[in-house]
Amino acid sequence: MMHLPVHLMITLSPMLLVGCVALLLGWTVIGLAGLLRPRSVVLAGRVLFPLGALLGFALAVLAGASLLGGGIERLVLPVGLPGLPAHLRLDPLSSVFLVLLGAVSGGISLFAGGYFRAGEGAAPGLLCLQYHLFLASMGLVLLADDAYSFLVAWEAMALSSYFLVTTQHRLAEIRRAGFLYLLMAHVGAICLLLAFGVLQGGSGLFTFAAMRAAHLSAGWAAAAFLLALLGFGAKAGLVPLHVWLPEAHPAAPSPVSALMSGVMLKTAVYGVLRVGLDLLGHPVWWWGLAPLTLGLLTIVYGALFAAVQTDMKRLLAYSSVENIGIAFTGVGLTMVFAGSGMPAVAALALLATLYHCLNHSFMKSLLFLGTGAVLHATGERNLGRLGGLIHRMPWVAWLTLIGTLAIAGLPPLNGFVSEWLLLQSFLFADGLPHALVNLLIPMGAALVALGAALAGYVMVKFYGIIFLGQPREASLVHAHDCGWLERIGLLWLALGCVLLGLFPLQVIGALGAVTTQLVGTVVPQASPHWWLLAPVPGRPVSYGPVVFLTATLAVVLMTALIVRLTYRQRVRRVPAWDCGFGTLTARMQDTAEGFGQPIRHIFQPFFEIERELPAPADRTPRYRIAIAERIWKLLYEPLARAVERLANTAARVQQGRISTYLLYSFATLLVLLAVAMAS
Amino acid sequence: MSALEWITQVLEVAVALAAAPVFLGWLNQCRAWLQNRRAPSIWLPYRNLRKLFHKEAVIAENASPLFRIAPYVVFGAMALAAGIIPSMGTQLPLVVSADAIALVGLFAGARMFMTLAAMDVGTAFGTLGARREMMVGFLAEPALLMVIFVASMLSSSTALPVITRNLASGHLGLSPGLAFSAVAFVLVLLAENARIPVDNPATHLELTMIHEAMVLEYSARHLALIEWAAQLKLFNYVCIGFSLFLPWGVARAQIGPLGLLVAIPALAVKLAAAGAGLALIETLSAKMRVMRIPEFLASAFLFAVLGLLVHVLLGA
Repeated sequence: MMHLPVHLMITLSPMLLVGCVALLLGWTVIGLAGLLRPRSVVLAGRVLFPLGALLGFALAVLAGASLLGGGIERLVLPVGLPGLPAHLRLDPLSSVFLVLLGAVSGGISLFAGGYFRAGEGAAPGLLCLQYHLFLASMGLVLLADDAYSFLVAWEAMALSSYFLVTTQHRLAEIRRAGFLYLLMAHVGAICLLLAFGVLQGGSGLFTFAAMRAAHLSAGWAAAAFLLALLGFGAKAGLVPLHVWLPEAHPAAPSPVSALMSGVMLKTAVYGVLRVGLDLLGHPVWWWGLAPLTLGLLTIVYGALFAAVQTDMKRLLAYSSVENIGIAFTGVGLTMVFAGSGMPAVAALALLATLYHCLNHSFMKSLLFLGTGAVLHATGERNLGRLGGLIHRMPWVAWLTLIGTLAIAGLPPLNGFVSEWLLLQSFLFADGLPHALVNLLIPMGAALVALGAALAGYVMVKFYGIIFLGQPREASLVHAHDCGWLERIGLLWLALGCVLLGLFPLQVIGALGAVTTQLVGTVVPQASPHWWLLAPVPGRPVSYGPVVFLTATLAVVLMTALIVRLTYRQRVRRVPAWDCGFGTLTARMQDTAEGFGQPIRHIFQPFFEIERELPAPADRTPRYRIAIAERIWKLLYEPLARAVERLANTAARVQQGRISTYLLYSFATLLVLLAVAMAS
Repeated sequence: MSALEWITQVLEVAVALAAAPVFLGWLNQCRAWLQNRRAPSIWLPYRNLRKLFHKEAVIAENASPLFRIAPYVVFGAMALAAGIIPSMGTQLPLVVSADAIALVGLFAGARMFMTLAAMDVGTAFGTLGARREMMVGFLAEPALLMVIFVASMLSSSTALPVITRNLASGHLGLSPGLAFSAVAFVLVLLAENARIPVDNPATHLELTMIHEAMVLEYSARHLALIEWAAQLKLFNYVCIGFSLFLPWGVARAQIGPLGLLVAIPALAVKLAAAGAGLALIETLSAKMRVMRIPEFLASAFLFAVLGLLVHVLLGA
């Protein structure tokens, strides 16, 4: 049993931790304040959401201070189960993710302040409550230091986001998406429950400190890790547990999609790191193979399905699946290296993972918010009805372009940095002591590269079809740019993408405390310059984004200047030439289906394609194509049928008559008595 | 970082800018000879550029600023790439900031701007070209990366000059991993530069064209920049090939006037041979159907991965 005193216990002076908890409470209060006048858009939008954003930035600052300090703060709050008060802990690992939560949610909250309006689903005040509870519960997940408060926070996160997803619950498809989300969340939660059950190692102590101290046998430790991987993988969207993601993300309002994709998925990465590298202590190398292979599979799978989507938010959801794959690939590599006694490379892979989480938060939130602005301006989510919005919505278009280029992994933006780090850690893998893994690693590098290139394909499709070309519908001419709060939110996230891309060295310096905590070493800096990232001493490997950007800008501007100075002709605007065809209409552009056609063709076996072609004599020709995931038919539908059969069998004992149930109770009592007598 | 290194750096870009059109002219000349045609002048690409720079620019009414920026970005990216690839010297100050992965990223960035610009006006040809270009790109890019990885693992570095220096100092002849990569690289080079059998630079037939379809809406100075960038891209790819598979003649140590005296003729000889070789490939092979291109590129990708596997297995 527990013998911890139920009062405030201060180990180090937990100033920052208390501050963080206060901010989480502040979020809760803001959320409750929304109930004062639930129908008021002004209160929620102009006051509460911006206030929530401020708290977010404050949280990022506090957690950033803790990260730079590198210390560990503990706090025990007298709430929770009798004998198990809520343990909280602020260490470098949780600090990183708190910075991510605070900084990214700040931008999203600002945008949300301008986004939510009356008459769209739930009342703004109610949304404000759910939204801020969601934020606070994510914060609590990151701070929790015992299994009970972790799981309570985890469930609060799932529930609050469930209500946010089903904001427009009057639509049947959104209710269905919400149900699927809740179902997968709970399948994951059960796995986590079991994982923590194994982790406590029979001691009955559910604090994380006790789990760190528990000595599990190799088999149990592996079981705990695999259960945790399943549980967190379901939340992260690891293939094949990703099926809720493309349903729930489009259903939710865009700021919520941004929050779920940008931040919530990262709590799952946090969880895997926490269990795999912290609670279980030193990982066994082959554990890492599971996240590594699943991650690689997820990268390619997500990218392929993103390329064939026709709904812009579904496309982004699959792109999130791909990016989660990259993060889990990094986790897997970290564990393989850490388990093989190569801490320096493990630190590099861990760094790539953390960096990618930060990057993806900023860029995917930016893109989701961009689609939100488009959705508000046009009322369309279908790529086939968009186009040419760069003329009508220049702010959204140009800021989204930054996110588009970043997520396609182009230097000098942020997406490139994490991919560069990840590829570097793949390249240094050739010294692994396991022959089989040595063979797997090049395949891994190839798949990561393929995924990155496919991401470029997806992003060209995404951006080109929404913002470029001619408007595909007449109504798009009336589209308007977003408001000033939304612009600030987008600007902040775009700025994040640029800064994370340009100053990797400073970010890596700050992340040093985490790599020290988890794999016991930092990634060294082999170069004396502040602008040059050289993560491996002895190997001439370096990347300097600031110089890269300066050189690119210099060359481009010089070209423009020379052309301007020497060019003597004028520029004339005429109707598009189109090889002299003459009657050019918006229908002649590629649709989203058309742009995805090569991928559909090349990777046909991956997709379940249902095609409806018009007959030659058709008076109203109609072309329809529906693409589904095979995984539904192969895995989920048989599974659902099996569960249903089992439930039906079990239902036979339910007669609905009180006398039968009394008989059951009596029989149970008898059996229990017999057992008690026998033992 | 001495002044001499910066001079080399600028010289590399200048030589690339100057030599890229001539290289294309030479390639076309060789092709004409092989096909029993009268060859056009080797200076023809220059004359074309000059002509284009003196024309009035015509832009579609609904073109966005992106359409006008793209040619400069693409050209700038290719010029910068020329500064990263060790075509003559290996002491390049810029290379510290941009290794081979960044180089592939630079190519990807140029491709992305090009395709976005192609989609900007919203013509059927533009989007068709953009789609096909991305189809080529998403398979060619990882293949190129894999090719570079084999060389990187051999040299423990992803910086091209370091790789070149290392490979040039080694024994003559390719390691087995690198041999597979070389095959993959040639396939990638053909695909990325819109050469036969993937694309036909001389055609304007919509069934087959890729690169041409994307640039149909461009004219005058914008078209000139794009054409020049395309020539630079070909030149850059050929030079990447030299630095990975034929690294001889490149000035390895501190470059001086003497080093350049060797490096420039060596580059010229290699370019002449490469141009003739490319012309031969283009003459011997036929243009493929568009949907066969993925198979072609998938084999390039497989060869590259095979190269990496061979390297890991044999440790060479």
